[in-house]
Amino acid sequence: MSMTKTQEIDTSELYGILAEFKNPKALIDVSKKVVEAGYDKFDTYAPFPIHGIDKAMNLPKSKLGWIVLGHGILGFSGAIAMMYYMSVIDYPLNISGKPFFNVPAWVPIIFELTVLLSAFGAVFGMFFLNGLPKLHNPLFNVERFKKATDDGFFVCIEAKDSKFQADLVRQLFEEAGATHIEEVYD
Amino acid sequence: MSKYEYVPEPALVKGNHDFASITRLVTDVNLRPTPKLWYLFMLIANALLGVFLLAVGYLIWEGTGIWGLMNPVGWGWAIINFVWWVGIGHAGTLISAILFLFRQDWRTAINRFAEAMTIFAVICALMFPGIHVGRIWVIYWVFPIPNQMAMWPNFNSPLLWDVFAVSTYFTVSLLFWYVGLVPDLATLRDKATDKIRKLAYGIGALGWTGSNRAWWNYEKAYMILAGLATPLVLSVHTIVSFDFAVSMIPGWHTTIFPPYFVAGAVFSGFAMVLTLMLICRKVYGMEDIMTNDHMEKMNIIILVTGSMVGFAYIMEFFIAWYSGVEYEKAIFMLRATGPYAWAYWIMMLCNVISPQVFWVKKLRRHVGFTFFISIVVNIGMWFERFVITVSSLANDYLPSSWDYFSPTIWDVLTYVGTFGIFFTLFLAFLRFLPMIAIAEIKAILPQADPHNYDENQEYHPHVVEVPKPKVDRV
Repeated sequence: MSMTKTQEIDTSELYGILAEFKNPKALIDVSKKVVEAGYDKFDTYAPFPIHGIDKAMNLPKSKLGWIVLGHGILGFSGAIAMMYYMSVIDYPLNISGKPFFNVPAWVPIIFELTVLLSAFGAVFGMFFLNGLPKLHNPLFNVERFKKATDDGFFVCIEAKDSKFQADLVRQLFEEAGATHIEEVYD
Repeated sequence: MSKYEYVPEPALVKGNHDFASITRLVTDVNLRPTPKLWYLFMLIANALLGVFLLAVGYLIWEGTGIWGLMNPVGWGWAIINFVWWVGIGHAGTLISAILFLFRQDWRTAINRFAEAMTIFAVICALMFPGIHVGRIWVIYWVFPIPNQMAMWPNFNSPLLWDVFAVSTYFTVSLLFWYVGLVPDLATLRDKATDKIRKLAYGIGALGWTGSNRAWWNYEKAYMILAGLATPLVLSVHTIVSFDFAVSMIPGWHTTIFPPYFVAGAVFSGFAMVLTLMLICRKVYGMEDIMTNDHMEKMNIIILVTGSMVGFAYIMEFFIAWYSGVEYEKAIFMLRATGPYAWAYWIMMLCNVISPQVFWVKKLRRHVGFTFFISIVVNIGMWFERFVITVSSLANDYLPSSWDYFSPTIWDVLTYVGTFGIFFTLFLAFLRFLPMIAIAEIKAILPQADPHNYDENQEYHPHVVEVPKPKVDRV
């Protein structure tokens, strides 16, 4: 199990440096500084989405809309294809002289399946973009990080970042007014 | 002072709450030992659930003959209860999706709660189409799956549209609810101290960290889901109304049905949310979050939708006369004066007259009175479906086939039993899941808004001044 691995300090490697800040405003300010310093493998953590942090972190537009659009088109065309195959090709059934390809009557089901598939796209697409479900995350080795879902505001710069230098990162966090700084080991 | 100013709103969360105290307030319900009273209520709910299982077991054994169905009323309590429960469900989606799109921040106090109600109400509703076919083992015929008869369902039938609409509605509501729950399950995972809770909430939370890169996609997904759920919820009760409106029965074949059904659904759903909310906030001490301001706003929605329903009742009457169709005219006269006049006037009293009292501000803010009206409204809405279904069928085109419908004990037990399903699920929800959307409530606290901090990152609360009305109006 991963638990035993983290306990062996010899084999563990540095994942990044985690700093805690006192409030949402402080988190936004430090995000701007981290971006200015040129780091890109970093993330901020908060118990709720903070207004304007996307700009401070310089996040690109979410790709989720395109995923949903794709699923919506699939649901729309899939519904038509299904009903066309079943009621026109495979087993045309004359129901009081109505046309086999009875588009107006199919509108509700086409609509419902478009919505259904789009919703699948939105939910599972969001989990996919966020890399969830995730079975192991080094941040959970930090006891303090539990506050991130309660009232803590954190920034972590990963060791993978090309500009990463532990002392410089620490200095940046200290100057930005971090209340707590800690190294995260995997 | 600028020329244009927003009307100042009172604070959404009362009391001096910070982020941590909100977390404690909500998660304590899930993490502390089970209160004894909960077991008592669960026992009652389980007993009712047992009644339901008994009634359905006997139905499957014996067939739909045990119900009060007869000629010409071949559609009785099963459809009434189905429409009633689905309608109740609609308030949850209205609160979570439509009020979200309209940026009504007060919804965050009740959305988790109302969405749970939606899901459980739709489960209760889905029981009826499942069991009413009599031969429950062939219910799979409604789905387009290959079978030994090599036949497919009839896509021109409103009843089949209903299958797609309600099952899509259930699935999307469940997904929407779960997406909202993920960050809160992560909070519970981090707050839990015992192994079982840590594991269970940990699985549900999927490894959520609160990463702002994740929140970014999350908020997008939430908005898209709200955008999808809004037309969906309107379509669902529209299609439910098609079950009636597309047929040729007098009193059913009207174009007013879709909007009138949707308004009625929201009307009854809000009443149900209020019934549950007023009890739960008292029992669990959530008055800081679910305030009387929320109750007042919901009462206004009840007033609006109740007036829409009342308008529709009167319009139906007018159009029946204006159409000049003899059968249409006759059925409406029979509804108001015929064998089911008692049901019709209960409906009018509960749905049209009773919500009008909410024009009075004092009554809108009166807890006990609101609770009373919320129950009256749901009784009225049950009778609305009864009047529509039974009176039209019992007195249709041919007077020689007219008959009077009475339910049997099994009709009643099945209906009462669905409350067992509902409350069993709802009590489990209150015990094991956060009844308030923790992350969303935190996001509407003034401390969450970076604009309320100065450049030294010090918090300066935005002072909300609620002006005293110049004249004391009632």
